[in-house]
Amino acid sequence: MLRPISRWDRFKRDRFLLLLGLPGIILVLLFQYVPLLGNVIAFKDYQPYLGIMESPWVGLENFAILFNGDPAFVNALSNTLIISFVQIAFVFPIPIALALLMNSLLSERIKRTVQSILYLPHFMSWVIVVALFQHMLGNAGLYNTWARQHDFFQMNIIGDPDLFIALITSQVIWKDAGWGTIIFLAAISRVDLELFESVAVDGGGRMRQLWHVTLPAIRPVIILLLILKLGDVLTVGFEQIFLQQGPAGLQASEVLDTYVYNRGIVGGNWGTSAAVGLVKGLVGTILVLGANKVAHLFGERGIYSSAKDSR
Amino acid sequence: MAGIRPDTALKPPTNGRRRKGPPAKLLPGVSRQQRLQAINGATPPSLALRGVKGIVLFLCCAVVIIPFLAVISTSLADQAQINQAGGYVLWPDNPSFHAYEAIFRGGVVTRATLVSIGITVVGSGLSVTVVALLAYSLSRPGTWGSKPILLLVLFTMLFNAGMIPNYLLIRQLGLIDSYWALILPTLTSAFQIIIMRAFFLETPQEIIDAARIDGASELRILLSIVLPLSKAVVAVIALFNAVTYWNAFFNAVLYINSTEKWPLQLVLRTYVVDNTAIGVDLPGDVVPPQQTLQMAILVVSLIPICLVYPLLQKHFAKGVVIGAVKG
Repeated sequence: MLRPISRWDRFKRDRFLLLLGLPGIILVLLFQYVPLLGNVIAFKDYQPYLGIMESPWVGLENFAILFNGDPAFVNALSNTLIISFVQIAFVFPIPIALALLMNSLLSERIKRTVQSILYLPHFMSWVIVVALFQHMLGNAGLYNTWARQHDFFQMNIIGDPDLFIALITSQVIWKDAGWGTIIFLAAISRVDLELFESVAVDGGGRMRQLWHVTLPAIRPVIILLLILKLGDVLTVGFEQIFLQQGPAGLQASEVLDTYVYNRGIVGGNWGTSAAVGLVKGLVGTILVLGANKVAHLFGERGIYSSAKDSR
Repeated sequence: MAGIRPDTALKPPTNGRRRKGPPAKLLPGVSRQQRLQAINGATPPSLALRGVKGIVLFLCCAVVIIPFLAVISTSLADQAQINQAGGYVLWPDNPSFHAYEAIFRGGVVTRATLVSIGITVVGSGLSVTVVALLAYSLSRPGTWGSKPILLLVLFTMLFNAGMIPNYLLIRQLGLIDSYWALILPTLTSAFQIIIMRAFFLETPQEIIDAARIDGASELRILLSIVLPLSKAVVAVIALFNAVTYWNAFFNAVLYINSTEKWPLQLVLRTYVVDNTAIGVDLPGDVVPPQQTLQMAILVVSLIPICLVYPLLQKHFAKGVVIGAVKG
């Protein structure tokens, strides 16, 4: 007859296993949970020489900046939202179209080659991508030099604040549109071929296959990614924008994350910038959870239930 | 997946696309690829459509390749050709490694390259070790405390403490201007722990029990049984982390003050993005033009990624990557 073992026995039995996991647990606690506590400085007038504990409490004073219409904050918020929605509108559909295009290629070899080329930019750092854009499209770059020599139309996209959104959007497309196809191609590759065969037997051409089989097959993935994107509307490419604030100017390029950096770490306004960061994090989490709920209401699987299914 | 039923089977293609060997009789065991070819053969795209697709994909590939080609070519070009082209060339007439000799003469770039290599090797090695150990300890059913620990890890996917508290923590720990500030904060990732745990869970419990009866320790079971069975996922996570550490840029902006500790990405920003003039002293030699030097630094930062890229790519097809992609 087996006797249920006590907690203490289990702990003794598993102590070596737990020891293996200990470094990871400590790192997660130290670098994920301890900074969470550090957010108390959002409620304090943080003075570096006093430290976090000794700095005086100021209640919600730091959060006033969110509501009193500080022009720099309002500018950062509106830039963030504009950039987010421009990118959802212009960047989001491109990998879908590209995946359908690649999927329709008949030759497996050409498909592989195209994939290897288009995935590569994803692995480049933002510093590299920004450097490439400057040296290719800058005023003294490859294209404009060539255009000047051949009396062709010149493109001054870099350093023009009015074109800043166009610039960063095209950089995002260049870097990640190819990589974005991978998840759609994976979804397409799991489609039961009998569905395509039935369409073909019923006399449907390639457009019918696309409309009745391929697109419905990737719809859950499209919705899932859209949810994640909507949950992320307050976060836009921080490193990318940070690198290009010089030439573009703050008016056009300040977003919430760079605002926190410029105000907090450069400007020394620790309390208010921590407050902005905290509210941004909370709103972001609420957005993801809310978008997931909405997806469930529309009968899609969303993020969490799909995680359950795969277990 | 169920075998192919004869009533849904297609006739073999008849438009000259017939493959060699036995006619496609659609036996069970016909590969997915062959079935796709049959479907494509039965519903061929129009010539115009194929032309348009070809042009679009060719342009996409050209847009990606041309910048890389121009960068590499310019880094190898000589003064005369640079002057004639006005800055950048698409093909070097007299390729020379002059610029590379100049930047690797022991100055800023040499040091930064070594720093970046060190951080990448130590960081990706440590991170895959820590993640594998934690994932393993969470993957054995019924382990003491594994459920709360798993929740602890999962919960970190929902929030991010923010830049300011992270910075203050690093400062509190005394890690400002230390290489550890670039390595430690990004060692663990909830996503990777979950993915690796999922793979470890696939290991048949019978093998593990057998090893245990033979007296193997937990570490031994992990090293000799579980890890070899999950090689692919371990390799992918290690490679991804290596790329992430090599590319890491902003943490260095935040935490590294002294220029002699700069990783390559910061050097790249200063000299190639912000166009700060690069001083080199080549005794008794002509200093290569600025563009050539800049492009040479850029190429140096590209090389490691291009080296691991084929390895990474090997795993794309297996679908491992989908889950392992860092947000």
